[in-house]
Amino acid sequence: MKVIYTDVLVIGGGLAGLRIAIGARRRGHDAIVLSLVPPKRSHSAAAQGGMQASLGNVIKGEGDNEDVHFEDTVRGSDWGADQQVVRMFVNTAPKAVRELAAWGVPWSRVRQGDREVIINGQKVTITERAEAHGLVAQRDFGGTKKWRTCYVSDGTGHAMLFAVGDQAIAAGVPVHERKEALALIHDGSRCYGAVVRDLITGELMAYVARATAIATGGAGRVYRVTTNAVICEGIGAALALETGVAALGNMEAVQFHPTGIFPAGILVTEGCRGDGGLLRDANGHRFMPDYEPEKKELASRDVVSRRMEEHIRKGNGAKSRFGEHLWLDITLLGRKHIEHNLREVKEICQYFLGVDPAEKWIAVRPAQHYTMGGVRTTHTGESPTLRGLFAAGEAACWDMHGFNRLGGNSVAETVVAGMIVGEFIADFIDSPRGDLDIPTALIREAVAAERAKLDTLLAGSGTERADALKIEMQQIMTDKVGIFRTGTDLEEAVHRLQGLLLRSRQIGLRTRADGPNPELVTAYRTQKMLKVALCIATGALTRTESRGAHFREDFPARDDAHWLKRTLATWKDPGDTLPCLAYEQLDVLSMELPPGWRGYGARNYVDHPDTPRRVEELERLRERLQGAGRHEVQAEIMPYQHLLPERFRGRNERIDERLP
Amino acid sequence: MSDKAAVPATVTTPDTGTARKLRFHVLRHDPRDPRSVPHTEVFELEEAAGMTLFIALNEIREQLDASLAFDFVCRAGICGSCGMVINGRPGLACRTLTQDLPPDITLAPLPAFELIADLSVNTGKWMRGMSERLETWVHSLEQDTDLRRIEAPMDPDLADRIYELDRCIECGCCVAACGTARMREDFVGAVGLNKIARFALDPRDARTDADFYELVGNDDGVFGCMTLLGCHDVCPKNLPLQTQIAFLRRRMAREGTG
Repeated sequence: MKVIYTDVLVIGGGLAGLRIAIGARRRGHDAIVLSLVPPKRSHSAAAQGGMQASLGNVIKGEGDNEDVHFEDTVRGSDWGADQQVVRMFVNTAPKAVRELAAWGVPWSRVRQGDREVIINGQKVTITERAEAHGLVAQRDFGGTKKWRTCYVSDGTGHAMLFAVGDQAIAAGVPVHERKEALALIHDGSRCYGAVVRDLITGELMAYVARATAIATGGAGRVYRVTTNAVICEGIGAALALETGVAALGNMEAVQFHPTGIFPAGILVTEGCRGDGGLLRDANGHRFMPDYEPEKKELASRDVVSRRMEEHIRKGNGAKSRFGEHLWLDITLLGRKHIEHNLREVKEICQYFLGVDPAEKWIAVRPAQHYTMGGVRTTHTGESPTLRGLFAAGEAACWDMHGFNRLGGNSVAETVVAGMIVGEFIADFIDSPRGDLDIPTALIREAVAAERAKLDTLLAGSGTERADALKIEMQQIMTDKVGIFRTGTDLEEAVHRLQGLLLRSRQIGLRTRADGPNPELVTAYRTQKMLKVALCIATGALTRTESRGAHFREDFPARDDAHWLKRTLATWKDPGDTLPCLAYEQLDVLSMELPPGWRGYGARNYVDHPDTPRRVEELERLRERLQGAGRHEVQAEIMPYQHLLPERFRGRNERIDERLP
Repeated sequence: MSDKAAVPATVTTPDTGTARKLRFHVLRHDPRDPRSVPHTEVFELEEAAGMTLFIALNEIREQLDASLAFDFVCRAGICGSCGMVINGRPGLACRTLTQDLPPDITLAPLPAFELIADLSVNTGKWMRGMSERLETWVHSLEQDTDLRRIEAPMDPDLADRIYELDRCIECGCCVAACGTARMREDFVGAVGLNKIARFALDPRDARTDADFYELVGNDDGVFGCMTLLGCHDVCPKNLPLQTQIAFLRRRMAREGTG
């Protein structure tokens, strides 16, 4: 049996995982990245529109800062987020953009002088400042008060991933490609690494590490209609879940993106609407102002997606042989803008729809897009229940998105979390907590257990077909655990998913070869995905309120009095067919921004009993601190700088906020 | 050769008329299996509206042969995983619509890369090797940037020009279409030369032409190119490879003789 020892084992070669590995290397530790695919093919590359960071270089971003980004993110989360983590994030995001700029990302830059833009369907001339010329530019995105989204045309994730991927090569980080973690090695309190399968040869190995980080991205592929890449199957979350010790947070919080192209579900960026694109119905009517007079097309994604589905339900959808959809109109932006700033969108429309978006409207309908939930961690990225297990990026729930993520905050989170968690992992390894003392029997038994499971699949007498089970699961999730949810649908979903899980224990294969056997891979992944799907469905069934992207038609109000809490799902016994749910209360009395109306969407919520007290407290505090600078006021209300790794503390310079 | 046929699983049927019957001639081989002999296998599918090779190959795997190996990740033409030879021409399978192809479709793995199985090749290993050799990262003079400070400005047009070359997705189509790559195992390909051109353009990279000459000033680099320019013809991102290679050759020739 092959055993590979390292300091940090990173599972997942996207932006979060690579940045963790680079951070660990810079602190003098060894790191190995495991990746299902060559790392530059990771789903991070699909982030098109950009990354939020409050640089405030463009004139429409003037006055932007961490405070505004913080409020937008917390409102976007529908108060589900951990506000200290949001603060850590918004303070580090500008540093991340600047680090990436130094690493070679060709950020689109500000050009001084007049330029014509489309705002609310109208041509407007704005004038960029001379002192901003050549600095990183920002565009508008949904749910934000300022233009804050830094971008590289509409290939932002690609440019970021290549720069970070190349930095990882420069740092000598080995990436073990086409290798898949099947299980974490642990003893119930300490994680020691993972059992890993080579996807080319089928060989099983053990990777033993002082720290193990899950950075495997989201779980979109548990749904039938999703923008996600085919590798986004929630396997990292399942690995943590199957320890029986680590918990998954808020798995019912699933985002649907308003503009998946119809019917393939391929994403076209929010930048289309940010740059002035409009949503239209079958009659060509621009309907969003009817529902959301303030933010219109640029309300948060959960709100826009619901309004679109609501509008289709009222009979206003355009009909096609695949079903109903709406239109995204970017023709008003003009060919020059589209070919310069939305070129991936143009290519996608051309290749998948046969449409030139400078001339014709794009058929769109909301599609599953993002997993707000994930492996529950503290602000350091470590699991509070399994020492030495870390998680970052979409796979994690540390928890900065709550129940709805803002556009531009995910690709930002990948690098920011990678920076922060990479430092905390290095600290962990440098401390006695990171000492490793592993019995070899534990390694041997962990590998033997996975070998036995594979042998059962390869040589067993099961008769269930893995791909059929997977497709049925995806259909249930899309039909019953989607944008609009009801108790009846969710009960049915949980019941049917349980049935599928039982059947998945009887999978039989037609191809019995180890090695590059796609059917075997589908089989063991489907078993894991069903557990993740059950966490989503049971979490959604139990949560009898509506918050962010989780919308219950039978409980349409946000209920802070009962549900201002985070769902924690664990899987106690491998033979179980349901997760155990527990809840973690959010503390209103320590919030910087107490719950209220988001500024868009329905004004329908029940206050937490502590909310009026906290609001009053904050009013008094602000009165007392009148005349103090914004940083001083913030530090009084909810201190967070001490939570950041030392090298990422400190203020961010802007044109209007110079550092001494 | 074996023939297999299936009823389409998708609910998507074309509007009118009868759907075409497509015949996929797929090159099959498992180099790790001593009994495996490279051969073509034919799969029949009924065409559906909007069918891409991504949809078709998955249908073949779901219904006809669960063992068929191929690679897709984003299925949106962004990640570069699914390069293969489609009716003799390297391209991205995910964004190739069957309606643009004749009913007989031949699929083969990209040549020049290590074969994993069937249509799956190890482009990742090749690209990592190329990146290590050519040091495809910004070589900065500064050791540590002060991340709290305003970023260094860059001319907006220059940033756009760098992005134009940065759009490469390392799919390997250019290498598969390259005459030199067939003859010289260590040729860096258009993908490698384009990267050097990209970093040569970037003022954040402190390397000079003399440094780049050390990397590509030889027959495994820019002087190995025979200007057949298959790379330029097949690049799925339409990168200006012809111009970049010509430009780089001129600079390197000047560097080598000067």
